[in-house]
Amino acid sequence: MDEGRISRHGSGARLWLAGGWLLLALLAAIFAPLIAPQDPLAQDLMFERLPPFWMSGAEPGFWLGTDSLGRDLLSRLIFGARIAFIVAFAAALAACLVGSTLGLIAGYFGGWADRIISRIVDVWMAFPPVLFAILLVAVLGTGLSSVIIAIAVIDWTRFCRVIRAETMGQARMDYVENARIAGYGRIGIMLREVLPNVVPSIVALLSLEMGIAVIVEAILSFVNLSISTDDPTWGGIIAEGRLSIHQAWWVLVFPLVTLILTVLSFSQFGEGLKARFDPVLR
Amino acid sequence: MSVAVKPCLDIRSLSAVLANGQRVLRSVSLSVQPGEVRALVGESGAGKTMIGKAVLGVLPPSVRIVEGDMLLEGENLGRLQPKARRTLIGARTALIPQDPLTALNPSRRIGPQMTDRLVRILGWSGQRADVRIRQLLDEVQIRDPDRVLKCYPHELSGGMRQRVLIAAAFAAEPRLIVADEPTTALDVTVQKQILRLIAQLQREHGTAILFVTHDLGVVAKISQKVSVLYAGKVVEEAETAALFAAPQHLYTRALMAATPRYTDPFASLKPVDDAVLAGLASEIAAADQAWRRPHG
Repeated sequence: MDEGRISRHGSGARLWLAGGWLLLALLAAIFAPLIAPQDPLAQDLMFERLPPFWMSGAEPGFWLGTDSLGRDLLSRLIFGARIAFIVAFAAALAACLVGSTLGLIAGYFGGWADRIISRIVDVWMAFPPVLFAILLVAVLGTGLSSVIIAIAVIDWTRFCRVIRAETMGQARMDYVENARIAGYGRIGIMLREVLPNVVPSIVALLSLEMGIAVIVEAILSFVNLSISTDDPTWGGIIAEGRLSIHQAWWVLVFPLVTLILTVLSFSQFGEGLKARFDPVLR
Repeated sequence: MSVAVKPCLDIRSLSAVLANGQRVLRSVSLSVQPGEVRALVGESGAGKTMIGKAVLGVLPPSVRIVEGDMLLEGENLGRLQPKARRTLIGARTALIPQDPLTALNPSRRIGPQMTDRLVRILGWSGQRADVRIRQLLDEVQIRDPDRVLKCYPHELSGGMRQRVLIAAAFAAEPRLIVADEPTTALDVTVQKQILRLIAQLQREHGTAILFVTHDLGVVAKISQKVSVLYAGKVVEEAETAALFAAPQHLYTRALMAATPRYTDPFASLKPVDDAVLAGLASEIAAADQAWRRPHG
């Protein structure tokens, strides 16, 4: 049980730090209109490329400075969090539902079900994911829902593979055989006995996937294939920041840092939750 | 024992093959009378566990029964529809498994895990199941049932888990329990207690047990009858006392000679004699030859 002890010690601080950042970002996203100091879309050429608050030439009320059109960077990041979180939750949940269901079926029933599902996963994973996403959005048209669909369609395989392997391991355990002898039906065993034992992995993966969804959304925004350009998105801000990197580095750096912190927090939060949830590690 | 008594379990010339056609059970016949402990002894790979799994209907998909019948209290399992067979096996049998570490669901507390079967499968009320479980926990000498029922399996020691599993096996008053090497995964001191518990509950409940083991010492302590298995074939069957007094088959004698003795702990262990094994191999080859002729 040494392993469990180590992961428990590690998981405490990790869980709180990651959870804290995510909660902060989530609250900012929900209450964006109340929190944001400026209108994220308001342009003001008098205030273009203002530096962040600690540098000379900063203006009060523009904490992280402005971009080349004079829009407040902090407000844009806060409003960008809305789209990031909507995409993260919706896309990851959709991918999780599809992938975990198929993974559970493949892992538990084996045989033909497993062969068919595994081959589909193999073929699916042969597509380069980002190109696949770009292609999908190009076909579906830009917009929030097509970004969500694209991410779910690409990333369900991640859930499917992991949950299949976990389920196979659990299905070999004696407690499953015992349940069979007692007379439980196979679907009942799958849902009542096996599923609770793979839930910790699903939770960890779900959180990881939310981070990945945030990245993919940023990539799509970066190449201008996500939401309409009016709405601020982290990827969109990064794309703008890249153009003015020599005049206003902060337009690139702050959204990047926000993005990295959020993605990292999602993955660490998931790992922490898994350690917390898993009765064997606890 | 009168002839009229219907055996609790009656296996008649059961043969099973792997996908590649290799025979793993060779016309096995054995019966367990009501309330009797029948030991099934043999070395690993002899097919002991396979017989238990066949009776309980949980053979791995790679093993196929090609011949023979299994009668559970006179009902021919092979003739029943799968659903009726599951119901019958669920109601009348139970398993005491080899590895108490994986035989309990790690994500569920002991209490619900034990009562669930009684409530869901046998349709008992929750309260009745709870009372029953506590009674059984008392019988397996678990003194703090409140704590144990709230525990997750990993919070209990191997011996405690095996006690819980024994209690669970007896809880629904099955007619037949398959005990699949129930003491092998435990350390020696605990083995003895567990064995005594199984014997005691078996006597009190009058449950028939098919006791699978590789340990002749265990056979002597717990069983009334014994079948010796080698390479999926019953090479000798007898009353336990008679077998130990006068083993008939060469393999049984060799197996007894190979058992380590506490009286002489420094004697080196004798493996089963090569000549005996060679004799067995030709015996089995001949049996397979004879078996293949009518079965193509």
